Amino acid sequence: MTAIMEVVEAPQIQGRSPFTLAMRRLRRDKVAMVSLAVIALIVLMAVFAPVFAHLTGHPPNEQYRDTGLTPDGLPRGPDGTFWLGTDDLGRDVLVRIAYGARVSLLVGVAATAITVAVGIVLGLAAGFLGGIVDTVLARLIDVVLSVPFLLVAIALVSVTGPSLTITVLVIGFFSWASVARIVRGQVLSLREREFVEAARSLGAGDTRIMFVDILPNVLAPVIVYTTLLVPVVIVTQATLSFLGLGLPPPTADWGGMINEAQAYYTTAWWFILFPGLALLITTLAFNLFGDGVRDAFDPRADRS
Amino acid sequence: MTPLLRIEDVHKEFPTQRREVVHAVDGVSLEVRRGETLGLVGETGCGKSTLARCIARLYDVTSGSVWFDGHDITSSSRRELRALRRSVQVIFQDPYGSLNPRRRVGSIIGDPFAIHGIAAGPERKKKVQELMELVGLNPEHYNRFPAEFSGGQRQRIGVARALALRPKLVICDEPVSALDVSIQAQIINLLADLQHEFDLTYVFISHDLSVVRHVSDRIAVMYLGKIVEVAPTEELFGQTRHPYTRALLSALPVADPDTADSREQIILAGDIPSAVGPPTGCRFHTRCPKAGAVCGSSEPPLEPVLDDGPEHRTACFFPLTIGENLSAAVLKAS
Repeated sequence: MTAIMEVVEAPQIQGRSPFTLAMRRLRRDKVAMVSLAVIALIVLMAVFAPVFAHLTGHPPNEQYRDTGLTPDGLPRGPDGTFWLGTDDLGRDVLVRIAYGARVSLLVGVAATAITVAVGIVLGLAAGFLGGIVDTVLARLIDVVLSVPFLLVAIALVSVTGPSLTITVLVIGFFSWASVARIVRGQVLSLREREFVEAARSLGAGDTRIMFVDILPNVLAPVIVYTTLLVPVVIVTQATLSFLGLGLPPPTADWGGMINEAQAYYTTAWWFILFPGLALLITTLAFNLFGDGVRDAFDPRADRS
Repeated sequence: MTPLLRIEDVHKEFPTQRREVVHAVDGVSLEVRRGETLGLVGETGCGKSTLARCIARLYDVTSGSVWFDGHDITSSSRRELRALRRSVQVIFQDPYGSLNPRRRVGSIIGDPFAIHGIAAGPERKKKVQELMELVGLNPEHYNRFPAEFSGGQRQRIGVARALALRPKLVICDEPVSALDVSIQAQIINLLADLQHEFDLTYVFISHDLSVVRHVSDRIAVMYLGKIVEVAPTEELFGQTRHPYTRALLSALPVADPDTADSREQIILAGDIPSAVGPPTGCRFHTRCPKAGAVCGSSEPPLEPVLDDGPEHRTACFFPLTIGENLSAAVLKAS
């Protein structure tokens, strides 16, 4: 008889990180989960924008002057051919909204990413290194936050001409300061904590302490701020486009569509309503999701 | 044999926002011998933690020198400092504050290996788990976060981290003050076992005299940035010379109520003076029942007094004799 040796691998004891716990709370938040689903749908719409063009048979910039406009030259309402109607040049509103989502999301994500990366690094440096670095950066933050954003943005775009890159850079340049300020404030208190001293007594250098010891402790407020920053950036991008400072035509984007529709709101409600709804639903979903993230990361905050 | 640590006339000053200077450590000289435990006691704010941080070179001293193993570390280069970090380690007071709440225990204890590039990957994990076992933690809890441990367990994590690099000197900065009494004993026994096993030298800081008495070979008493008395443990308790030491000792709780009743209880008048503008002469003269005119004008040197041997040094012009009643002097003074 052979003894059967059962080798049981000891189960790995997995610690529950504050991050895991926050994610668990977030998953139980119905509003946040619905918002996340809506965001996912918008992302799908952006990714599969060509599918919309294929299904309807209408490329986003194609002008249907015969079928897409009334004999008077006005936009056509929603029907079997143009599901959400046409615009003033006879283009398919649905297809253009789908393509416009690409611009909104791209700018939203890219500008937020720049903002957060720059804000974290400069905020960490200011808060942790202190001294002259902090003085200079803190004043710079104050200056950037007190510059009238739209005026400078308009001036800048009128000099360089509108483009996707300039939009992202302008938004990024004016947003990093708030992130840096949040991070700096957190770091100022964190650097006095004993675990920083412990790291130093082990021989850790400044860079290691900043990124290994302090950074994980400032991530929660930054994540919360980031999810709430995305809708702000999307609205800002739409605002710039609305003012004619967004992407050069004929590229479809929501702010530009709303701008073009201004003259037609009495005659063609769909022309202004659907891009507006797209913008509203997107920002609302991001905002509600951001609220959920905030509650998840800070369970003490009042939820009433 | 040279002492493992010798500090000479160390001063540490901090500027305040109002352009004043806090004299946190004000001319301290001490020796710590290999393998011994030196207790450092004193009230909150007397500079004992600052002194500890000067020894570990977490602070740069304002003046004076700190000699570790024959080298003056106050002027160490970055490279020498890295080497020093391996030999001198600190166990911190607050087991809640000294562990990064966002990092797993395994990486916290593995930090010394990572920083000094000693072990990586599975080898580091193995070493960390050995350390966890050594200090009485379950090595399977490697992936947990500090918040999932009790105070005593967290202090064990702090001990494991401090011992990772096999230091020669461990500075225990009030390692048990934040713990329950029952847990204190466990940690103190753990420290004693580890000292025995790894031939460690401890500087043990505490305001709890009974703990210090239990662990220390010698005790130094600090008051307002200065050492007022240093002696082998039993001698300090048996032949107390400095009035401040006597006052501290009288505050020790006694388990036997009869002894407690008959015992002299000294309650000092006033608070500890500010370290911004410390009193002239003997720092303690403003509160000392035995103070005379000379105490306010000149500073007593730290040296053997009366018939004490060279091991027992006291900074006092009017040291207590054995059996002298200090409370009589208190009554007379008031």
